[in-house]
Amino acid sequence: MIFIITNDIVSNKERDDGRKLEEIRPLKIEAGILKRADGSAYLEVGGNKVIAAVYGPRESYIRRLLRPDTGVIRCRYNMAPFSVDDRKRPGPDRRSTEISKITAEALRPSLLLERFPRSMVDIFIEIIEAEGGTRCAGITAASVALADAGIPMKDMVVGCAAGKVDGEIVLDLSEKEDKEGQADVPLAIMPRTGEITLLQTDGNLTEDEFDKALSLAIEGCKQISEVQKEALKNRYEA
Amino acid sequence: MIHVEDKKFVVPGEILAEDDFYPGRGTFKEGDIICSSLMGLVSLRNNKISVIPLKSKYVPKKGDVVIGKIDDIRFSMWGVNINSPYSGILPASEVFGREKKELSRVFRIGDVLFLRVVDVDEVKKVKLGLKGRGMGKFRKGILVDITPTKVPRLIGKKGSMINMIKDKTRCKIVVGQNGLVWVKGDVDMEQITKNIIHLIEAEAHTSGLTNRIRDKLYLLIDGELPKDLETDESKFDENQLNDENNSNNLNNDSNFDNSFEANEDELEKPKLENFKDIL
Repeated sequence: MIFIITNDIVSNKERDDGRKLEEIRPLKIEAGILKRADGSAYLEVGGNKVIAAVYGPRESYIRRLLRPDTGVIRCRYNMAPFSVDDRKRPGPDRRSTEISKITAEALRPSLLLERFPRSMVDIFIEIIEAEGGTRCAGITAASVALADAGIPMKDMVVGCAAGKVDGEIVLDLSEKEDKEGQADVPLAIMPRTGEITLLQTDGNLTEDEFDKALSLAIEGCKQISEVQKEALKNRYEA
Repeated sequence: MIHVEDKKFVVPGEILAEDDFYPGRGTFKEGDIICSSLMGLVSLRNNKISVIPLKSKYVPKKGDVVIGKIDDIRFSMWGVNINSPYSGILPASEVFGREKKELSRVFRIGDVLFLRVVDVDEVKKVKLGLKGRGMGKFRKGILVDITPTKVPRLIGKKGSMINMIKDKTRCKIVVGQNGLVWVKGDVDMEQITKNIIHLIEAEAHTSGLTNRIRDKLYLLIDGELPKDLETDESKFDENQLNDENNSNNLNNDSNFDNSFEANEDELEKPKLENFKDIL
């Protein structure tokens, strides 16, 4: 028997978890969940569970970080030992140090900290459960927490990844797709202006594939951005 | 062209208006469009569009009255925590004049003071002073912490909200512009006042709040509502979140000034004569 596969069928192809190629995982964001933090957010996307907390602007107790013309941000990304299937050794490692740095750099362009010179804003991102795409989830949650803390900002940064799995460009990779796929492109943007604040690539993509992944990730970011705004509105209009 | 209505909830980055409007507090201009930089409520005044934040940190401003806690004693000054990204200093000269005295005999670490911001310089060094009516140290009482932008709401129009709470709980209440509130009264009443203040903070953006707080106060204290309650919503609710008007009330409003006077017996002026005797 011979099967003829047409283009039509290919584009309707489903992924392992039943999603379409350009579909994000189910997403839920809640703002203001921690009582003692100045701002906080809880985010669930697929199997990821992330808590972000923001403290500040507060007096900088690390003198050398102080800037006389503007405020500074510090970020800590941390994975709980129980967040992955094999227990993760607690404490910072090479990967989480990198993610802490890129998260701070992805968020910084959106913040208007000039009004708070000589101060410091601390961001803590805790991964409670991980299932692929935690750095984007962390950025998205941190941005909601920053807005919740009342820190002036130009736009709410939002992160989303695209990648290549089985030769197809897909949106919002799950852990399995990330491991088995050929490429992963995490992206963070400021949705109003479309400015890119984070762009990484892992794996191999042709130029066309990269362009496609980039535009797909931007679309994903815009969808997530709406959920972010909704989360803040729900906090006060309940 | 305008994209939002007065008092609408906005999030950072939301487009508020295009040309014809002036960007006020909590907004910024990018090319021709005015965007919100905060999570808060829109306030429209003539052609000026601003956003009143739902949460904020206190940034000291010259002339503000604040409540602070002594957290450091140095050679000739006290370090004061004023619930802000910038800590304040109270120079000894503000208290003693030219004479040199031992600082820890006057104020100790942990003392709560009612102060005025004398000066804020370009490196954000906040100089505090005790000169002025009602300034000094608080004895006993509790401190309640609210977000500074909600201070106008707690005071209400011409002090309507704060005076109502004072009348009902018979507590002495002093509000600092940095969001710290000092409450003194019966232990039970202090707790009720604290809860009421937190309730006001949580619901500051809703309308009809003064009446709801009044009902809540009656329920908590008398256990029932009096029958002849008037429900005149319009009386209190107009633009109470508008901070510009109400922050000024804090200093100018006659009702509120009276409340400082009433508190003067609670405030301990450092008695210089006594120190001379001791030394």
